[in-house]
Amino acid sequence: MKYSIPQEERVTSGTVACQGCGAVLAMRYALKALGDDTILTLPACCWSVIDGPFPYTATKVPLFHTAFETAAITASGIRNGLSIRGNDHTNVVAWAGDGGTADIGLQALSGAVERDEDILYICYDNEAYMNTGIQRSGSTPYGAWTTTTPVRHFKKEEKKNVMEIMVAHGIRYAATASISHPEDFIKKVSKAKEIRGAKYIQIFASCPPGWKMQADFSVQAARLAVQTGIWPLYEVVDGVYKVNYKPKTFKPLEDYLGLQGRFKHLKPEHIDHIRKQRDYRWKLLEAKVKMTEELAAEF
Amino acid sequence: MKKVLTGNHAVSYGAMIARAEVVAAYPITPQTQIVEKLSEMCADGDLDARFIKVESEHSAMAACIGASASGARAFTATSSQGLALMDEMLHWASHARLPIVMANINRSLGPPWTIWTDQNDTISRRDTGWIQFYCESNQEVIDTMIMAFKIAEQVKLPAFLTLDSFYLSHTSEAVELPDQKLVDEYLPKYQAETDLDPTKGSPAYGSLTTDQWYFELQIKMQRAMEQAYDVILKENDLFKKVFGRSYLPVEGYRTDDADYVVFVSGTIASTIKDAIDRARENGIKVGSAKVRLFRPFPKTMIREMAKGRKRLGVIDRNISYGSEGAFFTEIKSALYSQSEHPEIHGFIAGLGGRDVTVDSAYEMIRLVVETSPEKDINWQGAKL
Repeated sequence: MKYSIPQEERVTSGTVACQGCGAVLAMRYALKALGDDTILTLPACCWSVIDGPFPYTATKVPLFHTAFETAAITASGIRNGLSIRGNDHTNVVAWAGDGGTADIGLQALSGAVERDEDILYICYDNEAYMNTGIQRSGSTPYGAWTTTTPVRHFKKEEKKNVMEIMVAHGIRYAATASISHPEDFIKKVSKAKEIRGAKYIQIFASCPPGWKMQADFSVQAARLAVQTGIWPLYEVVDGVYKVNYKPKTFKPLEDYLGLQGRFKHLKPEHIDHIRKQRDYRWKLLEAKVKMTEELAAEF
Repeated sequence: MKKVLTGNHAVSYGAMIARAEVVAAYPITPQTQIVEKLSEMCADGDLDARFIKVESEHSAMAACIGASASGARAFTATSSQGLALMDEMLHWASHARLPIVMANINRSLGPPWTIWTDQNDTISRRDTGWIQFYCESNQEVIDTMIMAFKIAEQVKLPAFLTLDSFYLSHTSEAVELPDQKLVDEYLPKYQAETDLDPTKGSPAYGSLTTDQWYFELQIKMQRAMEQAYDVILKENDLFKKVFGRSYLPVEGYRTDDADYVVFVSGTIASTIKDAIDRARENGIKVGSAKVRLFRPFPKTMIREMAKGRKRLGVIDRNISYGSEGAFFTEIKSALYSQSEHPEIHGFIAGLGGRDVTVDSAYEMIRLVVETSPEKDINWQGAKL
């Protein structure tokens, strides 16, 4: 049998992740695609704990821990340090959570992408500050409960769209992915690896404790996010949009929301709002696909 | 070769002849000329380095951290607000034991906005784990640039040198540009013990620890600082042998037979020499001592310098609010364990760039010679 996913494991057993952690799956797949010639840099995020306490490590590539807001710039420093010493081949990967990406690390990320540093930035998006105990981030979606958006005051603002912020920088490559679609993710990481310059991938990575759901729903929840159209899988190569997977019909939103305690309090009108937003975003995305294809033909 | 250089350009040339490999910096007055010159040097190929034009000082230091961790010689320059913004990463650099070198221009902190000099920006970085040099002349600046890398790389601690804004940063002086061949011999290419190379294994740097490890790691940092003091002396001897110039952590001026000594730092160390000469002409046996090193603090040399004096003075161009001048505190603390306790005057002068003139330096000397200290802070040149 021919496996479409590389067999080598570069995440060992013994991580200190919670049961059903989507972020561990994300790292496992990413390192399968990246290979041994890779350096990781991690800001404060779940993975700063998951990798294990000193002197242990669960990743089979060198890993440099850095401060919360510095993933992209530390990666840039490593990249330039390697390059001046003659190494242009090693993959330098910034691996950050959504808080470290959409909020505190956005400035450094923006700077690195504007300078087109030859790094790959991967954001594993579990939609809140999970490591500190489930506080809302800019990446938390409308309607979600967190410890700082308590049930009666659930998050009223929309999820910050970092993908589009990256595209607005004119980034060479940006893509969304989901832990439920490993082949797609691995293909995207492999593609990014071959591009010189700044690359960004945002992988949807479920968090059972933070989403208030059973650990064994982790992959299912991520898949439903894709199937309900909440989390579209798409990529933007040199400004041209491409949808990688479009469900023929969207599964009912209730299937996705109902799995998770963080959405339990939502009333039908709130779900209607989420539906409208989803439909709007898909229309916009498809319009962008059409428009950028036409522009690519013209320029 | 002699060259007329501003303090800022002495830093740039220092980074060039020290062969920095990665430079990451952000513009801030009065440091900007350092960055401008370096970007030109990199673009023209005079310096074979990567210049990362970062979007903030916080990122400048983070970039240096990444570069240094990957085995490259990393350099940055900043001032005041920029240094304050870097603060988190200053700690990160020293805890990660990375020998980054930085030049800072001493500029007062806002608000109100100001660009003139005092030392509060660096004094308030006292406990970051950085070696700190305070420079008096542009020659000292370029020489310290070279030595700082050599010292930092031996003890695996970052080091910065600092210059008074405008009084030094923008003042042109004739500087002997050290010969590149001699510099290369004195300061060979940086060979990092670890460099993140994936072919050498897959360690994780900076992982989560408990108190099982952290305490001892702190002791190691302190020991590295203590070791740095010896390395600074050793490297100064070697530097003197190769380049003929010497910079001791504490340097006396006409102190051999002095009954009174006034401790100073930065450019005031130059100004006060004229005042000392004037006092000597008037028959007063007084000298001054420049304290060039703030971390590690040169306690032994301070004690030697203070020994047998009738009275001491300390001029601080900084203030630790609610306490006193920072050098004053340090010097008193260094002397506490000694059997002799000469009286010490604590002066604070020149904050926000107010000129410390020969006359005002002379007045401070006079107070040290003629009076006993009555309070911990004696404001000089202030409108009280």
